[in-house]
Amino acid sequence: MSKPVTQLLPVLSAHWDDSDAFTLAGYERVGGYQAARTALAHQPGEIIDLVRDAGLRGRGGAGFPTGLKWGFIPKDNPNPTYLVVNADESEPGTCKDIPLMMATPHTLVEGVIISAYAIGANKAFIYVRGEVLHVIRRLRAAVAQAYEAGYLGSDVLGTGYELDVIVHAGAGAYICGEETALLDSLEGRRGQPRLRPPFPAVAGLYSSPTVINNVESIASVPAIVRYGRDWFRSLGSEKSPGFTLYSLSGHVTRPGQYEAPLGITLRELLDLAGGVRAGHQLKFWTPGGSSTPILTADHLDVPLDYEGMAGVGSMLGTKALQIFDETTSVVRTTLRWVEFYKHESCGKCTPCREGNWWLVQILRRLEAGTASADDIDTLLDLCDNIAGRSFCALADGTAACVTSAVKHFRDEFEAGTHTPAAELFPYERSALEAVAV
Amino acid sequence: MSELTEQTRHEMRELMSQYPQARSALLPMLHLVQSYEGYVTPAGIEMCAEELGITAAEVTAVATFYTMYKRHPMGTYHVGVCTNTLCAVMGGDAIWSRVSEHLGIGHDEVSEDGAVSLERVECNAACDYAPVVMVNWEFMDNQTPSSAVDLVDSLAAGEPVQSTRGAHIVTFKEAERVIAGFSDGRADEGPTAGGPSLRGLRLARGQDDTATRTGKEATQ
Repeated sequence: MSKPVTQLLPVLSAHWDDSDAFTLAGYERVGGYQAARTALAHQPGEIIDLVRDAGLRGRGGAGFPTGLKWGFIPKDNPNPTYLVVNADESEPGTCKDIPLMMATPHTLVEGVIISAYAIGANKAFIYVRGEVLHVIRRLRAAVAQAYEAGYLGSDVLGTGYELDVIVHAGAGAYICGEETALLDSLEGRRGQPRLRPPFPAVAGLYSSPTVINNVESIASVPAIVRYGRDWFRSLGSEKSPGFTLYSLSGHVTRPGQYEAPLGITLRELLDLAGGVRAGHQLKFWTPGGSSTPILTADHLDVPLDYEGMAGVGSMLGTKALQIFDETTSVVRTTLRWVEFYKHESCGKCTPCREGNWWLVQILRRLEAGTASADDIDTLLDLCDNIAGRSFCALADGTAACVTSAVKHFRDEFEAGTHTPAAELFPYERSALEAVAV
Repeated sequence: MSELTEQTRHEMRELMSQYPQARSALLPMLHLVQSYEGYVTPAGIEMCAEELGITAAEVTAVATFYTMYKRHPMGTYHVGVCTNTLCAVMGGDAIWSRVSEHLGIGHDEVSEDGAVSLERVECNAACDYAPVVMVNWEFMDNQTPSSAVDLVDSLAAGEPVQSTRGAHIVTFKEAERVIAGFSDGRADEGPTAGGPSLRGLRLARGQDDTATRTGKEATQ
């Protein structure tokens, strides 16, 4: 045993090493579903107030205040209200919701009960990406157990409150993580974003009032009910309160999930994770997935919270900290990310559909070392014509990814006019040593 | 010859009955079609259309939008190598090259004996276990080119394979049936979490976790 690390605070991940954490018995043994009992003894409005006053902000990327979103549900709409959990975790680098649902799916189910009750929904959907078979098994098993135990169904905990939960598996489409595309997909259509307004709070699933929240946001609700507003606000900062899962991946000695109060810095997290892999230095990193502008070693001490990241021109996003060392070609990584956006563009908006295609053509030339002198300007000009000109944020993610890379590493892009990236940064040097064996 | 039966129709209706509007079941229904047929067949599209009272064109429009729906039969074991940026850099590109060369097939192709098919997959939300390979949508974490070659050889030989963070690997059709909504009772198999998922927790508890990762350690 060594000294406990006090910068970390496992809440959602606190029981991930219990061998039966994913079962009902394992969850109840550590106080599971007590928060649901507490919540259902209060008025729904009180739960909305609690979550709003606690200051919980969306953990899926945008950081919108969760309680405020719940408050947008109209009181006089004759249609039923729905809760939809966005479990379509697909943003490159993001890997927090999947382990959460694998290890403690009941945390999410309990969060769904409390949240659905708060907004007055009798039906909730968990839209989980299709490519995670075992997570789907664990979620469905948890829901089935919750029905058997009376936590779901026609009379939740004997209160007369009715709630049905459906675990709905997607079929492979990054865009369905966008909330209105998710709704179209859940209605059995191609997953293409909708024009807003109307916003989902007014006309969402089946044109009915709908709240859509990320897995981690919903799973955080039981802890807020259990430990209270003041406790939650004592963590993190005034505008970014609470705890969250930080996911370290890439060229770091011990990649993994590190749960901490908001505002921890990458320097602190890297210290805990054993630093950048031995013999190497940090070159660049994403704070919250590929759609958040990349940062460099100059940003190691910036608090990893919503304001801190916005202050350096990036976003907290999903807290997906992808670490790349000095062996990595930023032209290569940018190309690969943009190939992803091109592949995942739903094709609805011309700037995104065509723009991503052209960006890939230029980036391929830059990677091959055959770009022309004006290709970088064309690249940036294209980004300018893509960002903010589509229905959804996918294209904005592309532009952020490209423009931040050029901003910090323009010389590498300029080298793309004469030297292949693989010559400047031999790709095998970036791979793990074990891979070369 | 279609493998779809009256039983399939009943199962489709069961899926449809779970939703306020039946069309919401279309994605699960298409997964169900794949569980019988191995891919989305014209007969499967027709059956979905008939049950939902929409046109075959409308079903096709949906089926062609999502990457999990296949236009031709996949292998018994569908292997996805993550070649999105982070996995690619960490070794995913090398894994892809080696496995593809070893099997003699490329993206969306199937080995001659029908045992294994290959796909370059996008980020599968397991970046702390990079480089990652998926088999029938189960995680095979912390792969290397040689471990991935061993993996596909085992699969092709019909040897039992256990996911590093999941169940005993089932066939593509069996996996699709679970995804569609029909349990196979394997939820309790595999660990609660893999090693990287527990790193922060163990540090917070003062439990040493200084070992660097290996394929084995990552799964314990």
